[in-house]
Amino acid sequence: MEKMLLLGAEAIAQGALDAGLSGVYAYPGTPSTEITTYIQNSSEAAERKIRANWSVNEKTAYEAALGMSFTGKRTMVCMKHVGLNVAADAFINSAVTGVNGGLIIVVADDPSMHSSQNEQDSRFYGKFAMIPVLEPSTQQEAYDAVRYGFEISEKFSLPVMMRVTTRMSHSRSGIARSKVLPQNAINFPSDPMQFMLLPAFARKQYHKLIEIQGELERESENSKLNKIEINNKGGIGVLACGIGYNYLLENIAQTRSSYNILKVSQYPLPRNMVEQLFANSSKVLVLEEGYPIYEELLRGYLNSATAVPIDGRLNGVVVREGELDPDNVALALGKKTSQPESIDGIVKNRPPQLCQGCSHHDMYEALNEVLAGFPIKKVFADIGCYTLGAIPPLKAIDTCVDMGASITMAKGAADAGFRPSVAVIGDSTFTHSGITGLLDCVNDQSAVTIIISDNSTTAMTGGQDSSGTGRLVEICVGVGVNPEHIRVIEPLGKNFEANVAILREEVNYEGVSVILAQRECIQTQLRRKKTEKKDDPLVRNCKH
Amino acid sequence: MKKDIILAGVGGQGILSIAAVIDSAALSLGYKVKQAEVHGMSQRGGAVQSHLRISDTGIYSDLIGLKSADLIISVEPMESLRYIPFLSEKGWVVTSRDCFKNIANYPEEEELFAQIEKLPRKIAVDAEKLAREAGSAKASNIVMLGVAAPFLGIAIDKLRKAIEIIFAEKGQKIIDINLRAFDAGLACNNQ
Repeated sequence: MEKMLLLGAEAIAQGALDAGLSGVYAYPGTPSTEITTYIQNSSEAAERKIRANWSVNEKTAYEAALGMSFTGKRTMVCMKHVGLNVAADAFINSAVTGVNGGLIIVVADDPSMHSSQNEQDSRFYGKFAMIPVLEPSTQQEAYDAVRYGFEISEKFSLPVMMRVTTRMSHSRSGIARSKVLPQNAINFPSDPMQFMLLPAFARKQYHKLIEIQGELERESENSKLNKIEINNKGGIGVLACGIGYNYLLENIAQTRSSYNILKVSQYPLPRNMVEQLFANSSKVLVLEEGYPIYEELLRGYLNSATAVPIDGRLNGVVVREGELDPDNVALALGKKTSQPESIDGIVKNRPPQLCQGCSHHDMYEALNEVLAGFPIKKVFADIGCYTLGAIPPLKAIDTCVDMGASITMAKGAADAGFRPSVAVIGDSTFTHSGITGLLDCVNDQSAVTIIISDNSTTAMTGGQDSSGTGRLVEICVGVGVNPEHIRVIEPLGKNFEANVAILREEVNYEGVSVILAQRECIQTQLRRKKTEKKDDPLVRNCKH
Repeated sequence: MKKDIILAGVGGQGILSIAAVIDSAALSLGYKVKQAEVHGMSQRGGAVQSHLRISDTGIYSDLIGLKSADLIISVEPMESLRYIPFLSEKGWVVTSRDCFKNIANYPEEEELFAQIEKLPRKIAVDAEKLAREAGSAKASNIVMLGVAAPFLGIAIDKLRKAIEIIFAEKGQKIIDINLRAFDAGLACNNQ
């Protein structure tokens, strides 16, 4: 079969489709979004009725996936690294319940924070939950590892994590497909109490999880994903995880035979292989794309556990922060001594910015005008395109922490006596994690003004559907906001004066008010108009 | 055969279409391809780049190392200079001369072009003008592909065929515009 040129994210999606997937659950987040988008756009997936709509957030996605697994079907749940914080409750407990049909959680980490708030390493979560973690080195390996992941998920009755990072997810390579497997039939767990985490049953399940750890280690020893080469007894050893292995090989293509190499793409660590590497090497360099999790483990707390010295992120031989690349790995290997000259001073930074004509921009201009009348201006914002309102010329907002934090931080500040306490949140972020915070505000009658900048899409990740589109007023009324203080405005330059007047009234109101600033994202509007044009039979039949 | 290429521009300028054409041609010749892209936040009017690696043997890293790119193809002049640290000693820079000024402190054009002029191996063309003559200003990216074509190590007819494949679903008119844009770019390269 001809190879397909796929992004790592797409290779994972195709791998799942070919391995008998019945449903994917996800909330968009860079660099994980394309996995689910690929399945949504796949005609094969549509023919096989693979469930693929967006979930409200990562927690609901994870729980729905677990429910599908409960029925014996194979399912995948995808998110970015910080999304796993949201899904963590379900995730950790699912390691205790175990699964029935194969369940793979794909987490896409973003070291160097290209599009994220932190660079947390999801392997840590995998270790915490005590489940197998796969960290493929190539896009083909990612494709194949999905199938293998489903097999071991069903074999051990455990969720399996596939951890990728930005460069794996967003890089294309040729993929050879395997035979398409049929979906599982519905088939419930043999132990009726497996998913019942009442303490007595939970203890039993937890014991099973502990007991199985040795088998997981043996699985890693025998896995095709882990490989050891002892090329030079007494020479330098390198333990290279995930795509760290690629950067290693890039640098030692000519001198491979002088290194002992342990490639790790499956955890728990393959203990025998690690022992073999250390027994045959005078020094070991640890290359991890992310936190120095296994380096720290190998060193031991007192940093004296091994007779063989270890180099890595913790002693500064590898950069402590950010993603690996061919150059910082070259430095760690002693192949280069310094970084070359910096960029010409004539080149200016070109940061991302709000699009021309963006609704958020008009909303911020009105808000800035209103708040200019107060001695202190502090605005609590959230995660989305509108976070770009922090940079000049708008400089409209002061915080961005986690999904939904705008509303609750504004509440805390209002509780402390700060006025006017204003929150800015997008429509998709509001349904993801803002509604519960709004209920807190309503229950306390906190003096907050919450602006939901509603562009009817999840814009920053490329315009995915937003869960509450068209129903945000009803949601706010349902949560208990006084309908008189739910105001809908259209953020356009021509409405500036009217919008300023409404905002001014509400920021002076001593209670909960919600301003819905509604105007469609100009990017989704453009795409929609293009599709509508294409679907117009008059245009479609046109021969130009 | 091994080429390490950096594609540069501003979000929305179509550098991934350049990559798609090169990928398609390279795969038709049985070469291995790796192409690292930028998605997410930086796409919003920010600087974007793609690392494209083609080889007839294996490729390990998805990213190109510093001082090792054979070629920089840029759809915007200031962006072409951003990636100079990646360029190898023998590497070429091909860039459009059309400035995309969405930042307040964009450099003076005269200074910018003087800086590009100092590069030992470069071709700078008025891509948008040529694209407009070919039928659409939007084809500037394919003009730049045409300029870069002789440096790619891929036969010109394979690239033309790839343009037909990549733009197939947009119809014959768009294919023809892009082929004309490609040829106009190609004519600017007398190396």
